[in-house]
Amino acid sequence: MSSHLPQSPLDNHVTSNLPGRHRASRIWRYIFLGSTVIGIIFLSALLLNISNGVIGYVAIENKIQPGKLVPAGVTLEELDQDALRSILQANISSGLYRRLDRDIPFTDRSVDEILKLINQYVIEPTVVESWDLYTSLFHKDTVLTEVAQNHPNAELRFISWLNGQFLVQPQNNRPEFSGIRTALLGSLWTIVITILVAFPLGIGAAIYLEEYSTDNWINRLIRTNIYNLAGVPSIIYGMLGLAIFVRAMAPLTSGAIFSLTDSPTANGRTILSASLTLALLVLPLIIINGQEAIRAVPGSLRQASYGLGATKLQTVWHHVLPNAIPGILTGTILAISRAIGETAPLVVVGASTFIDFDPTSPFSKFTTLPIQIYQWVSRPQAEFRNIAAAAIIVLMILLLTLNTLAIAARNRYIRR
Amino acid sequence: MLIDEFMAYITPPINKLNNDSTSAHNSSVDSTGSISLRRRSRPGENLIRGFLFSCGAVSILTTVGIVYELGKEALAFFLTPEVNLWEFFTGTKWQPQIQEFGILPLVNATLATTFYAMLIAIPLGLSAAIYLSEYATPKAHNILKPILEVLAGIPTVVYGYFALTFMTPLLRQIFGNDIVSIYNTASAGLVMGILILPLITSMSEDALSAVPHSLREAAFAIGATRVEVAVKIVLPAAISGIAAAIIVGLSRAIGETMIVAIAAGSGPNFTFNPFKSAETMTGYIVRISGGDVSYASIDYNSIFAIGLLLFFMTLTLNIISQRIVRHFREEYE
Repeated sequence: MSSHLPQSPLDNHVTSNLPGRHRASRIWRYIFLGSTVIGIIFLSALLLNISNGVIGYVAIENKIQPGKLVPAGVTLEELDQDALRSILQANISSGLYRRLDRDIPFTDRSVDEILKLINQYVIEPTVVESWDLYTSLFHKDTVLTEVAQNHPNAELRFISWLNGQFLVQPQNNRPEFSGIRTALLGSLWTIVITILVAFPLGIGAAIYLEEYSTDNWINRLIRTNIYNLAGVPSIIYGMLGLAIFVRAMAPLTSGAIFSLTDSPTANGRTILSASLTLALLVLPLIIINGQEAIRAVPGSLRQASYGLGATKLQTVWHHVLPNAIPGILTGTILAISRAIGETAPLVVVGASTFIDFDPTSPFSKFTTLPIQIYQWVSRPQAEFRNIAAAAIIVLMILLLTLNTLAIAARNRYIRR
Repeated sequence: MLIDEFMAYITPPINKLNNDSTSAHNSSVDSTGSISLRRRSRPGENLIRGFLFSCGAVSILTTVGIVYELGKEALAFFLTPEVNLWEFFTGTKWQPQIQEFGILPLVNATLATTFYAMLIAIPLGLSAAIYLSEYATPKAHNILKPILEVLAGIPTVVYGYFALTFMTPLLRQIFGNDIVSIYNTASAGLVMGILILPLITSMSEDALSAVPHSLREAAFAIGATRVEVAVKIVLPAAISGIAAAIIVGLSRAIGETMIVAIAAGSGPNFTFNPFKSAETMTGYIVRISGGDVSYASIDYNSIFAIGLLLFFMTLTLNIISQRIVRHFREEYE
């Protein structure tokens, strides 16, 4: 078509490399799309990698074969309580036997519980090697030859490290008997107290900044400051918690002034310190989200309220807050899911010590799910990596549930 | 609902109005029958106002607390006779056992992991942002964006596990076990890049979407191809927002702790080799404080000195990013 028209040099220049420019455009389109897809591949790799560690073959070696404990032709499960007790007594040291008896007298223990003790202390099944899901599924013969070569006495089992036992047992020095009970309870305690502290403070600050504050230097300072605090690395909050809550406020956070301490060696490294630290950490997030939710409430509502003679507090309490609450909740839930996954500040505040008893009060020593994962990942044995992966799955399910709640709250908000 | 939106649109912000209107709606009829326009004092309301202000003030106290506590302990550290301020900033050995306090190995490892993270996060994050903002159909956008945002919500300790059990074995397979150690900065840095990618994507996409459509249409009208519009027109127009996104990403990478604590190794090591282990500033703080350190030791004071430096590094970056957004924003319309 252009051949009918007189050609200008510029026109020539534009049309001559037109195919090239279109090709470049197509190529770049694929590059941009590729980058997005790579992000998704990373996510899938991460999820696959975790699942890969949770399920798979393990080679288990027993210290004593169960068949050697009982006369031929009988299994352990068929014996009554007294017989089981004498087997236990015969095979463990008398000191351990007395200690177990002191914890809960044997007469009070059920047959199942004694069987469990025999399993843990006498038979002592030990995972001598574990394989990931990929090897277990696609290279089963390698697994079989390795077991035959390296562990001829071992029994090969296909297990999931994430199981009912794992959820209800406290942590243990041996991965086979370890669980996340203590960590899960610690996480729940910490989060509940964090919410109790951070929610009222955060919403209060958001209301102040949106409804009450005038434009003077101190309010401007508070505003800028909140944005800056949101960018402070979480580990700095941990150090603040260590210096203030753990150390300076030790009498309060250890429960000493209420005479509520767990032990005479109590110090400030308690659930309360951890919760206060996390509360400071999520406060900027709750405030910023709360401000946005309150700002979204139409001004006409406020003016209608004032027009009827309501005071400022009545207006905020009866009209602004009820309308802003879905937005506020969404922000709070997101802040909580941040707090649940937070590790570094809690390691600094709580010190990664070995805790295997349930937390009973805000003044208990604690461990949380992320801390537990960190400790297990740091161990060199492969089996600890397996249970770390199992704990990660529990953590992710927890977070997923919370985020679904947040999305549900947001959708309700949009519908209104 | 439409009316509400309309009202919100036409009415000025309420908190500017009500400062002078409080007296009006608090008016009441007094005993003589004439209307008193005097502002009635309401102690309850003032009390609540005071309480709400103190909620806001907690944030100021937090900042003051951070600066004061970090500063106090850091001062105690620098006043110890073994520590010399000059050597602190120039020494290449960090070995508290033999009184060597040179922070360079820790800073070097922090900058190295940050650099590797940015190597992944900037090109991928920006390209993904361009795709989402300029190419993706609304349907694709609604599927892709939440998936990328899931990446941002995963706890960092999980990324640490990923680095140690996936990225490190992968690197060892590619480059060989002799070259890549079990703990190395490259693995930690690359995985950190994955963590920061959605942050950069999301902030950059916001900046790109804010560029008015008339600019794109004008460019298309004079015959520009899609990539030319995206890279030569939209990208330069959104450059301030993108720069801010990158700086926030940098600050996040410098302060990131768990990935490096798990995958980069422990023990300060002054090396430029990405496949050797080296401890970052944050990694050192976690290792020392996780070991139930005694309050009187120089180790305890030293983590606060490092923490103070970290705080100022990230604070500076955050302030720069806010300045960029505020002062270099290209205004259209």
